[in-house]
Amino acid sequence: MANIIISENSKGLVFYLAKKDLEEQITHLEFNSADRWGGVIELGDGSRYVIDVLDAKPRLPISLRARRESETA
Amino acid sequence: MATTKAETQALIDEVLQVYPEKARKVRAKHVAPNDPSLEKSKGCITSNRKSLPGVMTVRGCAYAGSKGVVWGPIKDMIHISHGPVGCGQYSRAGRRNYYTGTTGVDSFGTLNFTSDFQEKDVVFGGDKKLVKLLEEANQLFPLVKGFSVQSECPIGLIGDDIEAVARKSTVDLGKPVIAVRCEGFRGVSQSLGHHIANDALRDHVLGNRDDEEFPTTPYDVAIIGDYNIGGDAWSSRILLEEIGLRVVAQWSGDGTLAEMERTTKVKLNLVHCYRSMNYISRFMEEKYEIPWMEYNFFGPSKTEESLRAIAARFDETIQAKAEEVIARYRAQWQPVIDKYKPRLAGKKVMLYVGGLRPRHVIGAYEDLGMEVIGAGYEFAHNDDYDRTLKDLKEATLLYDDASAYELEEFVKRLKPDLVGSGIKEKYVFHKMGVAFRQMHSWDYSGPYHGFDGFAIFARDMDMAVNSPVWSQLKAPWLADADAPEAAVVNG
Repeated sequence: MANIIISENSKGLVFYLAKKDLEEQITHLEFNSADRWGGVIELGDGSRYVIDVLDAKPRLPISLRARRESETA
Repeated sequence: MATTKAETQALIDEVLQVYPEKARKVRAKHVAPNDPSLEKSKGCITSNRKSLPGVMTVRGCAYAGSKGVVWGPIKDMIHISHGPVGCGQYSRAGRRNYYTGTTGVDSFGTLNFTSDFQEKDVVFGGDKKLVKLLEEANQLFPLVKGFSVQSECPIGLIGDDIEAVARKSTVDLGKPVIAVRCEGFRGVSQSLGHHIANDALRDHVLGNRDDEEFPTTPYDVAIIGDYNIGGDAWSSRILLEEIGLRVVAQWSGDGTLAEMERTTKVKLNLVHCYRSMNYISRFMEEKYEIPWMEYNFFGPSKTEESLRAIAARFDETIQAKAEEVIARYRAQWQPVIDKYKPRLAGKKVMLYVGGLRPRHVIGAYEDLGMEVIGAGYEFAHNDDYDRTLKDLKEATLLYDDASAYELEEFVKRLKPDLVGSGIKEKYVFHKMGVAFRQMHSWDYSGPYHGFDGFAIFARDMDMAVNSPVWSQLKAPWLADADAPEAAVVNG
């Protein structure tokens, strides 16, 4: 598990993992609607992370906990 | 001079040849020819890794990053170097972060406060000493606005509870006492010290005045990551004020505790040193919804570009004023370029500085017609290299956490006309007969930011590169038979 920040820029959502200085555009977010937001994140560099699914779309940027998809929850 | 990637790579291989195989493999990842077509530095160069034992690294420690860089310039606080005396004393006032105020009365920037650890403090703990120190300092300097306790290595090793002391003293003294866990052994370089310092600012400074009334304007900004070295923040601030913005806080050069606490009320954070203060900017973006942007005030081209980009975040009156300011200052900097460009055009520069300048000053050198043929950072992370690749030409030599040996060899082979690095490197290159400027402290000159700073920058570079001394200097043992006059250099 690692702390990440998800923010928004002109191209869409951005994923930032401070520990690795990884700042990547999010290419796909599993749930991205007003009442369900989160799940599997796909990044521009091909890596995949998972965040908890929230009940509502949060105000961005937001700090969250994420894990790699290969890790078990 | 190397022009293709293969040539640069050959040069790198040759220089790294002397290392044992294991060390060579590690170092090879940190030295690379530039590829400006890459979006990400990953795969091109590795950074922010532990230095190799045995090579002479130029890096500092977490204490240097916290006390020296981030906290030290806050002028109305006393920053206690908690631990043995050397860390504070040998770094005292060396960074030249200028401030206004009366030292020892209401400002404390150039003073060294230390708990001067002795053997008994290591054995029995130094918490009581710290309590006493805080009381005494508060009595002697009643105008101090707060204290930060900057841990040196032994504090973490012996497990002193400085947080408890800080909490208690905050109540007893009625002033903020902030414990910063920046023991030197943490992390691989001063970079982690920046992060720890940012986290301490986030936890103990930001938010202290959130409930307080503070008259705001739509044009409030904060300068983040400008340490006022030689007056840099001042020459930046006047430009921002001239385009109609109100600078509420300077982080942290010439900064005060109160203005930093009020930063949460600004409309935009302007980040100059991304490496040391991006953490706090990202935090304020999330908690206070304050957007942030990076800017660059080195050299007229970049300054103009940055002023326009900053103005674009505000309304048309600011944008119009920005254009006015840009037009007005053109009359000031154009003669500077006219004077110095003919003297400096085509000269080659190699840079090896901290976490920002290797990329930020490239524009300023290019404005003078100079070319950067090698650049590297002591403690940058890969996001800094992401930002650097585009600014340099194809196949430019990049070196991360370069050792003293590597720098020397690269300079011998690439033969730059000017090297820009720190004090530890300065005299090595002077002795080699290469012009040198300290790019950490501006070599006791400055400011270099903004249009005013550019005139000083250009003059300094000209002074260094075109000094007649370099043609006269050759080590006596290198003097050969057909140059007998060189042999008398050392008399």
